[in-house]
Amino acid sequence: MNQPSPLLLVVEDEPQMRRFLRASLVSHGYRLLEAERSSEALQLLTSHHPELLLLDLGLPDGDGIDLTRQIRGWSRVPILVLSARGQEGDKVAALDAGADDYITKPFGVNELLARIRVALRHAQLVAAGSSAEELTFGGVRIDLVRREVFRGGEPLHLTPIEYKLLVLLARHAGKVLTHRQILSEVWGPSYAAHQHYVRVHMAELRKKVEADPARPRLLMTELGVGYRLRDRSS
Amino acid sequence: MTEPPRPDPDDLLRRVEREERRGNRGKLRLFLGFAPGVGKTFRMLQVARELAAQGVDLVVGVVETHRRQETEAMALGLEVLPRRKVEYRGRTLDEFDLDGALRRQPRLLLVDELAHTNAPGSRHPKRWQDVHELLHAGIDVLSTMNIQHLESLNDVVAQITRVQVRETVPDSVLDQADAVELVDLSPDELLLRLREGKVYLPEQARRATEHFFQRGNLLALRELALRRTAQRVDEEVQEYRAEHGVLSTWPAGERILVCVGPAPSSGRLIRAAARMAAGLRCPWVAGSVETGAGLTEAARERLDAHLRLAESLGGTTVRLSGTRVSEALLAHARRHNVTRILLGKPTHARLRDWIRGSLVEEVVRGSEDIEVHVIGPGTGPTVAPPGDHVAPGAKGLAPGALGRATLVVAAALGLALLLRRAMSLPDLEMIFLLAVMVSATWLGRLPAIFTAALGVACYDFFFVPPLYTFSVHDRRYFLTFAMMFAIGLVVSSLAARLRRQEQDAIAREEKTATLYALLRELTSAAEPRQIAAISARHALQIFEAQTIVLGATGGGELEALGSAPEGLVLGEKEGSVARWCHEQGAWAGRGTDTLPGAPVLCVPLLAGAIRVGVMAVFPAARALRVDERAFLDIFCRQVAAALSRVQLAEEARAAALRARAEELRSTLLSAVSHDLRTPLASITGSATVLRDDPGVDERTRGELLEAVVEQAARLERLVSNLLDMTRLDSGGSPPKREWVPLEEVIGSVLVRPELRMEERPVTVEIGPEVPLLHVDPVLLGQVLVNILENVNKYTPARSPVEIEAQRGEAQVWIEVRDRGPGLPPGSELQVFEKFFRAAQAGGSGAGLGLAICKGMIEAHGGRISAANRSTGGAAFRIVLPCDGSPPPIEGDPP
Repeated sequence: MNQPSPLLLVVEDEPQMRRFLRASLVSHGYRLLEAERSSEALQLLTSHHPELLLLDLGLPDGDGIDLTRQIRGWSRVPILVLSARGQEGDKVAALDAGADDYITKPFGVNELLARIRVALRHAQLVAAGSSAEELTFGGVRIDLVRREVFRGGEPLHLTPIEYKLLVLLARHAGKVLTHRQILSEVWGPSYAAHQHYVRVHMAELRKKVEADPARPRLLMTELGVGYRLRDRSS
Repeated sequence: MTEPPRPDPDDLLRRVEREERRGNRGKLRLFLGFAPGVGKTFRMLQVARELAAQGVDLVVGVVETHRRQETEAMALGLEVLPRRKVEYRGRTLDEFDLDGALRRQPRLLLVDELAHTNAPGSRHPKRWQDVHELLHAGIDVLSTMNIQHLESLNDVVAQITRVQVRETVPDSVLDQADAVELVDLSPDELLLRLREGKVYLPEQARRATEHFFQRGNLLALRELALRRTAQRVDEEVQEYRAEHGVLSTWPAGERILVCVGPAPSSGRLIRAAARMAAGLRCPWVAGSVETGAGLTEAARERLDAHLRLAESLGGTTVRLSGTRVSEALLAHARRHNVTRILLGKPTHARLRDWIRGSLVEEVVRGSEDIEVHVIGPGTGPTVAPPGDHVAPGAKGLAPGALGRATLVVAAALGLALLLRRAMSLPDLEMIFLLAVMVSATWLGRLPAIFTAALGVACYDFFFVPPLYTFSVHDRRYFLTFAMMFAIGLVVSSLAARLRRQEQDAIAREEKTATLYALLRELTSAAEPRQIAAISARHALQIFEAQTIVLGATGGGELEALGSAPEGLVLGEKEGSVARWCHEQGAWAGRGTDTLPGAPVLCVPLLAGAIRVGVMAVFPAARALRVDERAFLDIFCRQVAAALSRVQLAEEARAAALRARAEELRSTLLSAVSHDLRTPLASITGSATVLRDDPGVDERTRGELLEAVVEQAARLERLVSNLLDMTRLDSGGSPPKREWVPLEEVIGSVLVRPELRMEERPVTVEIGPEVPLLHVDPVLLGQVLVNILENVNKYTPARSPVEIEAQRGEAQVWIEVRDRGPGLPPGSELQVFEKFFRAAQAGGSGAGLGLAICKGMIEAHGGRISAANRSTGGAAFRIVLPCDGSPPPIEGDPP
């Protein structure tokens, strides 16, 4: 635990919003860099190498989505997008451009901290190179070596698609995945337009994995955006 | 008690019209002279100087000083509009710059020589048309002209001076001028000036004009000018009397009908009628009569030109049809109370009258109390060039007609040979006569004559003794032959005439039918673009011309509404023709007075006085004929009426919508201001206590903080609802439909923490038949959230909620049912209205949630309703159409 506290870069043009983020994040032990516009953000990103980016989608000097795409050209730094309700299209665009997750304004500080933790942990896992032999969440265990899934010790009979779907979501636990991302990972890039594939198979998967498929607790739907496997901390 | 004489309403109307015309129009002051050199230009400049001295903003548009010093001196110091340079046949011509003048927009403009003909390629062929446009644009104009340029006096002057003047100005220009000043000089003085070289004469015209400047001529011209001016003064007096109810001395109901044909002498006849009508101050009509005989293209064009001339001289035109010219004329005359008929003096040989009957004689005989004037021929060609009329049947000898005629004769011959023993010679003759009649009826005149000749030959050869020779012994047979020829001729002309009349009837019938079809289609159209498409399609069909319909936008611009064939656009030059046409409300382009060289003909679409657009027509090869133009005019009126009807309906709808929006806005303001202020007041209060009062105990602190968070959430919900509502109201973006399983939408809504559904017993039942729905998942989710929020608001905590979905006939219904107090009776529909809140409301919310649901569901083509359950509680029912089948699902990837 002797690591220095994580350095975050906040890209946000609203001073009030920056003040709130500064107050809440610093008091929770994070170090903060602040940028008002994307040009500034790029500079700070190259000079200070922050561990996570909090990016407002409505920046004055250009699109947050463009900035995301630009950064993804050379950096894997986790990007957490802040956006308003009703901008589902923008959220999906940002996620498809390479953002790791999003959070809808207005949000509470606990929700924000949870998302930051998920993103940081996920980045660490990716960096460490995941060689885990099994994944567990909410009473479900996936044996990656034998390709078997158990809920409360009972084996679940999944089709190959459902298995791939579940593993994908579990590997990105806590993170939202867009329909497009899931389609290209599970079915292949040429299936990007067949969103209803994901929906139908997801419904089947829920019936097998969830205790009450009508009120899911693990495989969460983000309407208009995609799916998220609920993480311990979210 | 006698009432004072009241002005005739028609006169009043005319006066109002005139006043209106004058209202925004510029005023024209015309300086009229009887010959070049009387000093019109000088006088005009004199007046201009006086006005300039009074500070009137005046510009010299064009003044021909002809380098005369005294005139040039008068023009000094006046602002002069630069001339427009026009290249024509290698020469540079200085022309009056109409557009420059319109741009400069002076109060008063000097435009010399009204009768001037503009260089080819100018907007108008004639300068008086430029002046017309200037007046239309509200610019006052001073101009000059000589009496010999007046259209109706044109041939009188030609007769006096033997100089044909080609540059003419319609009488209407002089009649509508606001002031006419006669610039007079005695002929002797003028001749003196001429000798002193003070009169400018163009070199090439010197010889002709020398003849012109003879004392006798000048006296006669001066008299003409004085008389014409006096006539105008007289009219003004009349007008004054009419306006002031003075018993008028109008000649009672005179009306002139002039008979017009394609012969060049008709022009003279028309001018005579116009002069006579002006003298009598009565209306006049130029009538052309179409008998069965058709006209050649050239003759038709001449006739059209004559009718146009009549219109330009202020007459109306009418096309009559009948078998005899005299009957048609007299019938029209009686119907319309014509008092005088003008006819041209016959120029053909008397023989023709014996055969066909004399028009003059017939008209005179049948005229009863109508006066008949016969006008003699003037100079120049008056006899119709031969071949004006298409000989009936001669036109279009069908290929193979002669062959068919031979067949007919062969058949007759065969029949005659078969029957020769059974029948006598005269009967056999009948068979050949029958062959001639058949040919005449079906094949036309030439084959008929051919049949007659061949028939005669066969008859002679085979049947007339001596047999098998062409020699004839009995003279009687020559009569037989002559009869056969004569019958062939008569029958073929009769048949041709019948055919033509039938064709005419069919053409008229077609016109009526097409107009009717157009009308029927137009009445069913509800949008300007539909109307434009329909009209353009019909125009393409009827006039065989590509057509674009342009509509007037609010800003006075034109936009293409539709065309046939589709996707047609106007080029820049054609666009300017259309704009001019629209601005002036007059025809422009091909075959008109304005920009006649353009490939396009633009017709203004006028609904009464409102200019709703322009119809641009590209005639395929030729300019439209007069009858086609008349039909186009009717056509365009129908289109304009339809367009204006739709526009009015649209305006009314927009006005109603605006009123409704206004009403909503005020309701919104009052409702929202309350709902925004309440949470703000609570937040501000709590926050200030926390900041300013250090003595608050821990429990109160917690409560205040909770209040801030709760009220902020309430504000957020309200703002979201307002945004949703605004988006729906503005028609926003259409739903982003995707194929989604309903359980996914319901599942994602039920787990929302803010709905706290985990605190209630919720049962979800989705029928196995329910297919994938083609909906916007975000919007449908929002609908369910709003309904559940509503349930939360009005039902006790922990009371159960049921959600059920089933497939119906081509639809899916979703029901959300609660066990609360139910809806207030009678409010089942009201709950979906904006700002409606049930009386027992929990107090929060602007009453928008369910209204938003309604909007969103309707955007999907569905319905939403609410009802009370028989077992207690409320039920909200969403019905969505199941349109289209969901795409197939591929199981496992390959």
